[in-house]
Amino acid sequence: MGDNLGNLELAHVFYWLRDLLLATGLTEPWVTIVTYTALGAMMFGVLALLALFLVWWERKIGGHIQQRFGPMRTGWHGWYQTVMDALKLLQKEDVVVDKRDKFVFFWAPVVCFVAAFLAYVVMPFGNRLIVADLNIGILYIMAVTTFTVISLLMAGWGSNNKYALLGGLRSAAQVVSYEVPMVASILTVIVYAGSLSMVDIVEAQSGLFINWNIFRLPFGPIAFIVYIIAATAEANRTPFDIPEAEQELVAGFNIEYSGMKFAMFFLAEFVNMFTVSAIAVTLFFGGWNGVFLPSWLWFLLKTLGVVLLLMLFRWTYPRLRVDQLMEFAWKFLVPLAFANLILGSIMKYLGWYW
Amino acid sequence: MGKLKTEEFVVNMGPVHPATHGVCRLMLTMDGEKVVKIEPVIGYLHRAIEKICENRTYPQCIPLMDRFEYVTSMSTNQVFAQAAERLAGIEVPERAEYLRVIMLELNRIASHLIFYGVTAMDLGALTPFLYGLREREYIVDLFEMTCGQRLTYNYIRVGGVSRDIPPQFVPKCREALKIIGDKLRDYEGLLNENPIWLRRTRGIGHLPADLAISYGVSGPVLRASGVDYDIRRDDPYSIYDRFDWEVPVRHNGDCYDRYLLRLDEIKQSIKIIEQALDGLPEGDIKAKVSPNFKPPAGEVYSRVENSRGEMGVYIQSDGTNKPLRVKCRGGSYNQLQALPHFGTDVLVADLVAIFATLDIILPEVDR
Repeated sequence: MGDNLGNLELAHVFYWLRDLLLATGLTEPWVTIVTYTALGAMMFGVLALLALFLVWWERKIGGHIQQRFGPMRTGWHGWYQTVMDALKLLQKEDVVVDKRDKFVFFWAPVVCFVAAFLAYVVMPFGNRLIVADLNIGILYIMAVTTFTVISLLMAGWGSNNKYALLGGLRSAAQVVSYEVPMVASILTVIVYAGSLSMVDIVEAQSGLFINWNIFRLPFGPIAFIVYIIAATAEANRTPFDIPEAEQELVAGFNIEYSGMKFAMFFLAEFVNMFTVSAIAVTLFFGGWNGVFLPSWLWFLLKTLGVVLLLMLFRWTYPRLRVDQLMEFAWKFLVPLAFANLILGSIMKYLGWYW
Repeated sequence: MGKLKTEEFVVNMGPVHPATHGVCRLMLTMDGEKVVKIEPVIGYLHRAIEKICENRTYPQCIPLMDRFEYVTSMSTNQVFAQAAERLAGIEVPERAEYLRVIMLELNRIASHLIFYGVTAMDLGALTPFLYGLREREYIVDLFEMTCGQRLTYNYIRVGGVSRDIPPQFVPKCREALKIIGDKLRDYEGLLNENPIWLRRTRGIGHLPADLAISYGVSGPVLRASGVDYDIRRDDPYSIYDRFDWEVPVRHNGDCYDRYLLRLDEIKQSIKIIEQALDGLPEGDIKAKVSPNFKPPAGEVYSRVENSRGEMGVYIQSDGTNKPLRVKCRGGSYNQLQALPHFGTDVLVADLVAIFATLDIILPEVDR
């Protein structure tokens, strides 16, 4: 795989690390294994930091919307509040229920955590800054992000708790339903880009902002709106946060988890939020494309912009009911997404676009 | 394909649950997400207030009554003081009556503001909670300025009120009323037309008027079901008959109407307070009452319109300085009693909405 990295910026790090390891006398299969592990650890570190930042940011935004300050005591405007929270959660006793399904209960947070990070294998963080440019990039992302639902079901089942079980079942129904309009709106983009590769999709939008898919596609805004609604549901955020609806199910699927296991669910939620925003930026807002600033900074700024949108949703809207949620997906979003896809494809075939 | 066979299961909602506003325990028999049967279990907050009252003199009972319904403890003070006054035949000075009305209505607004925030939070909107409590703060500041307390006031006493308002009270109160009146428009803008809010509340939890009457439901919940009944107007106490105001009534009896009706009531309360502030006379604030007064033997039932319905106190006196028997009636008890009869066959999320718009608080149920 190392040779596929030819034209990528990350490749410099990769080759530098490999030369270093070869110089210490390691032999070939081990060198590749160690280098990839190091790369993975690097990605993991960056994303974990990002998730910590997002937790803090969400609390600050929520605070200011509600006319209070949010965390203020730990450092400047409470900037290391989430670090301290994470440390606290690490120290806590791991309380477990007696009648849990041991295997499922233990592995649910792990699956959730890993699934949240898998999507970043093909995420183009910047110009030539990607771990692996798979030619089925977006398809791969759709496949691995759905893993989250398995972990939520596992948590719901393994906890041996009625609230948790209801939460798990709700999330399964929700994610399966919202996957359909999400994929349909993504397909519209793929039809125009002519490729499943994330890098190709971004490069098809290079140039001025007028080339971004949201403006270039015949019904770009509609595709984006369908995507962002489905993505909000996918990330279990208000108004679609019924799997953990506090006032109904207390905490939903994670009711029996405490300490670090809970923290893994919690961090995974924020990583998921960043993932869906990053996909939105890649598909609709030209990915890393931009002027003056470095490409990775453009990507980060745009993604944080979409994350901000999701946060504003959360602090403004009430929560939908479970049947209304299904109704909304199947009776409104799915027809809209497919109409959009069919019309878009016809216009692409006739050449009515620029 | 035949109908899938499902099995019902029991879920305990409470006594520790974010949406039961205290320690109510609802035993729900559920079929999947659907609530088939509700069985309220009460008594987790029983403090024997009625029994303790029997061992105290009448003025000593008033701080206890604060705990009977702490969200609107002005009403609880009023209802007990009123009962004792009727027993002993005590005349309350004019100024004290005006102050009582001002405080009662301010407290009603504060209670409805909490209702607004808590209901929105139960339906998943986190922000209105803080907005409602922010405006309530102005009212609580006024109470603190007057009687030094922010929650359990012990302000309305037998024969009058405990102390006079400070000079800056009237301008501050007018300012607070203006702010609350303005902010009401914000509240309505945030939720009234919100499609998610409409779908969560409109047509949900329909309480028919005859069912409401047969279970003794009163207050805003009854008026939202189309029954035009308000004790302040129909059985006037204090000086409510002197003011010009309307009793808001709505006819659908669903969660949305119960929510809107309380916003209407805030507007009417503002109207009453403004008139009371205009007409506030000078004079005594308390009739001369011995702390050890002995009302003649007899019995009395006094009632006021609280923000949660009819609040009543029945006192039986044997001629000593302590009541022989005290019985309290809170509106929440009757509303909780009616809940199993109209709150079933809904999804669990709707039950949360219904429970929130009934505005039940548990100290009033358990006493």
